[in-house]
Amino acid sequence: MFYIYCPYCGEHREEEEFHNHGQAHIERPKDPDSCTDEEWGNYMFFRKNPKGLHHEIWVHAAGCRKFFNVTRHTVTYEIKEVYKMGEQPKVVAE
Amino acid sequence: MQQYSGFGLLKHSLSHHENWQRVWRNPTPKKKYDVIIIGGGGHGLATAYYLAKEHGITNVAVIEKGYLGGGNTARNTTIVRSNYLWDESAHLYEHAMKLWEGLSQDLNYNVMFSQRGCLNLGHTLQDMRDIERRVNANRLNGIDGEVLDAKQVSEIVPILDCSDNARYPVMGASWQPRAGVARHDAVAWGYARGADMRGVDLIQQTEVVDLIIEDGTILGVKTDRYGDIMADRVGSVVAGNSSVVAAMAGFELPLESHPLQALVSEPIKPILDTVVMSNHVHGYASQSDKGDLVIGAGIDSYTGYGQRGSYPTIEHTVQAIVEMFPIFSRVRMNRQWGGIVDTCPDACPIISKTPVKNLFFNCGWGTGGFKATPGSGNVFAASLAKGEMHELAEPFSMFRFHNGALIDEHGAAGVAH
Repeated sequence: MFYIYCPYCGEHREEEEFHNHGQAHIERPKDPDSCTDEEWGNYMFFRKNPKGLHHEIWVHAAGCRKFFNVTRHTVTYEIKEVYKMGEQPKVVAE
Repeated sequence: MQQYSGFGLLKHSLSHHENWQRVWRNPTPKKKYDVIIIGGGGHGLATAYYLAKEHGITNVAVIEKGYLGGGNTARNTTIVRSNYLWDESAHLYEHAMKLWEGLSQDLNYNVMFSQRGCLNLGHTLQDMRDIERRVNANRLNGIDGEVLDAKQVSEIVPILDCSDNARYPVMGASWQPRAGVARHDAVAWGYARGADMRGVDLIQQTEVVDLIIEDGTILGVKTDRYGDIMADRVGSVVAGNSSVVAAMAGFELPLESHPLQALVSEPIKPILDTVVMSNHVHGYASQSDKGDLVIGAGIDSYTGYGQRGSYPTIEHTVQAIVEMFPIFSRVRMNRQWGGIVDTCPDACPIISKTPVKNLFFNCGWGTGGFKATPGSGNVFAASLAKGEMHELAEPFSMFRFHNGALIDEHGAAGVAH
């Protein structure tokens, strides 16, 4: 059970208000038409899925409805950091 | 190795059951094997069994970081069915179903396979259209299936709330009579015993920490307890940890590992003699031979390797069960647990070659791998033996996520199970 800090609301709220949207910082190819099938497939489907620190997107679905990033450990589930869209994580895997 | 029989049971009863042989050895690994299988769960052990039995390849090691069948094999809710929509997956799951039907005899080990049938409920017009389409597709593929209306459903499961007062009234269901449940641990143990008696080394408490790869070809694995072990071919069958092994090999997979939780109730008298699943209300239940209700529902939304999930997910699961079975509203839950399921974007597995030569992956079974255990092991063994994918495994290549030939089974995979 998570207690997640929403950087827009400035409050901790219970997990049920949020939805997880998977891996963060996936950049859409600038020119999709010139992508190879492999590049497009990697963008669409292939994920890091790490055992350890994971940068991921959450949305405050039952609150401000804004998206933001969370750095979380996927074994301990500990949330290390919360940061807004467009920002870079401070806590990164070694 | 001793064969099990009713006579043997009688004989051992005379010595108070104190002289049963150990079911498998606990060997020290050799320096080199023909095939190494990473992961000693149901699928990995089945792979080893069929390699030895059907392909005569017995110089095989199964390397397991914990104990045999201690991952998702021990954590699933034991449902077996084969009513999948698309030809590729229907053939694969039906191949498994046919093996299930003779498995206890084949293994000389009672896997308690009970073909008690499975209902997939429909609650909306769209559900019913999808069910009709899927049952028709099943029948064309030689898989048993029937479309039932609400009255027929209530005759099979009188305790199911089929009234118009339900929040999502039951409109009907698909019914696969040959579906059922099996004893999950026995499946792992039976395959382990069968593989061991044919010479396969089962190496427990040994973790693969890295892969030995040179010039794009795998040569062996590094382990924490026994150092390097070499092999001609390596098969990874590690479910939720597949992305971790893939990272050792230097590539990514289209997988995300999620916690999937399940629970069992206190034992109650026989009340539910079939499997009931609902995609729409999103839950499912069956009753084990011990009398506990075996209950499950959806995965937790976030990824995780912790083998546990969040309470709101359990709450949703129990809500769905009470919605379907109001009579269970005061049944107390006995145990709850979580496993790590490796979900694929198209809800179908990956049984595939990889960018590394002689390294094969069998993963991505997501929430429903148990039912496929015999078929998965059987086709993966054939692929490892020949170095070329078995025809039933061919469509499940990881490269389908590059060429677009996805097999969308979200409908038939339905509620996580």
